[in-house]
This record gives sequence, C-alpha cells and structure tokens, in this order.
Amino acid sequence: MENSKTIRKWVWVWDFEKEERWLNAMAQSGWVLDSVGFCTYHFKRCEAGEYAVRLEMHAVDSEYIAFMAETGAEYVGRMMAWVYFRKKTADGPFDLFSDIDSRIGHLDRIGKTLSIVGAANLLIGLANTFNRSGWGWINLLCAAFLAYALGRIHGKKEALEKERALHE
Amino acid sequence: MEDSLALTEATYYILLSLVTPQHGYGIMQTAEALSQGRVRLAAGTLYGALSSLCEREWILPLPTDDGSRRKLYQLTPLGLRVLKKELSRLRELVANGEAILKENA
Repeated sequence: MENSKTIRKWVWVWDFEKEERWLNAMAQSGWVLDSVGFCTYHFKRCEAGEYAVRLEMHAVDSEYIAFMAETGAEYVGRMMAWVYFRKKTADGPFDLFSDIDSRIGHLDRIGKTLSIVGAANLLIGLANTFNRSGWGWINLLCAAFLAYALGRIHGKKEALEKERALHE
Repeated sequence: MEDSLALTEATYYILLSLVTPQHGYGIMQTAEALSQGRVRLAAGTLYGALSSLCEREWILPLPTDDGSRRKLYQLTPLGLRVLKKELSRLRELVANGEAILKENA
C-alpha cells in the first residue's frame, strides 16, 4: 500500500476556503497534507479524520509558527504567501479565526498582497508597452486578472462587514 | 488611547485573562473556562489581538529569563482602566435590559 502521494492542483486565490475544505476532505479520507510546493500538495497516510488542516495568508513569522505550536498546531509548509497548519482532531477543535474582525483582517492581508503585485504588473506592463518591447501585454493581462481577484476578495469582505453591523 | 467604543468579546476576555500574567495558550484556556466553553479564541485571532493590544499598551510582554520563545503577557495600568470602563458599560446594558424586560414580562 502506498504511504504517500502527490497531487498537482491550481487554486484561484479567492477559492482559499474551498482549498481548505478539499484538504480536510483528503484528511477525512486518510490522506493528510505533509508538505507543499508550487501548485503541489504532498500527502501522507493518516487515520481517517485524524487531522484538521487550516491555511491562511501570513507573512514569514517564526514567532507565529512557535505560537501555533504552543496551541498544538503543526506547521506543514508555505506556498507563496500561504501557510499551512494541521492539528490532531483529538487535541481539540482547530480554527485560525474566531471572530468577524480577524476574518476581515485576513481578507485585508490578501487584498493588500494582490494590490501590490497587481500595481507592479501594471507599471511593468505600461513601461514595456511604451518601450515597444512587445511583452507588455502579459503584465497588463496579469494586472487585469489581479484586479479581478481583488474584486472577489472585496466581495467576501463586504459580506462580512454587513454581518458585523449586527454581530461580532 | 482610551476610546469609548465597546470592546470585542475576544478583547474583553484577553484583558480579563491577563490580570494575572499568562502565555498565549493560557489565555485561550482561561477564556474558555470563564465562559464555560462558549468562547474559544482561535490562534490566529488571538495572535493578531495580542499584537494590537501591545501596540496600544493595554498589555505588555514580560521579559522571559528561561530562553523560551513563549511570551508571557500582562495587563498594564492603562489596560486595567479600559477593562473597568468596559465593565461599567456592560453593567449599564444588563441593568437596562433587565429593567425593561421585567416590566414587559
């Protein structure tokens, strides 16, 4: 019987919750995330439902990883700006955010990253277009795509802000 | 930086837990015990809240001597004032709620 497997998968940035649900469904079926690479997920065998998996966009921060370890969560790896954690379900419930404010804060972090990368692509794209290098359209396309992603994240944020008007 | 805005439930329980110095995990356990299991502070939420509370100087990290990376946090006198002010705001909410609902019972 195989004890590890690798799945290559592309995930859109606004689908991070869907990605997390998929990783938990994998853990439920006996495959827990063990490490990550660019669009690559490595799994190892576990008991069905032995682990819960969570991911978030977070700056490189060893203090945060130590803090998570203190609460029983194990750092699995980092893919671009995303960090992945897992925790044994026997050690209690595992969530990264427990109120609307911190969920909005997380969406703000994602939005900020998309804005910076999008603005950089826009500038490079414009510069290349004016220099007639011929490749500017690629950056402009990336910038347009990132603007779309930012819109999707903003939509999620607005939904949470509406809820916050009534609840915490 | 003492504003008159209401504290979030997370902030209130973090400040309350830190009347005696605690580590992050201790804060989670205290909040859960005080609320009889209702309030579970998630690690990411708590981590973010601790750094903003330190910035506001409502709490401060104590120097650790054992070389451990786990930080111990404590309420500052400013934090205590904020907590007391919130308590009187909560008393007002409860008193008004009880008075009006009793009349209409």
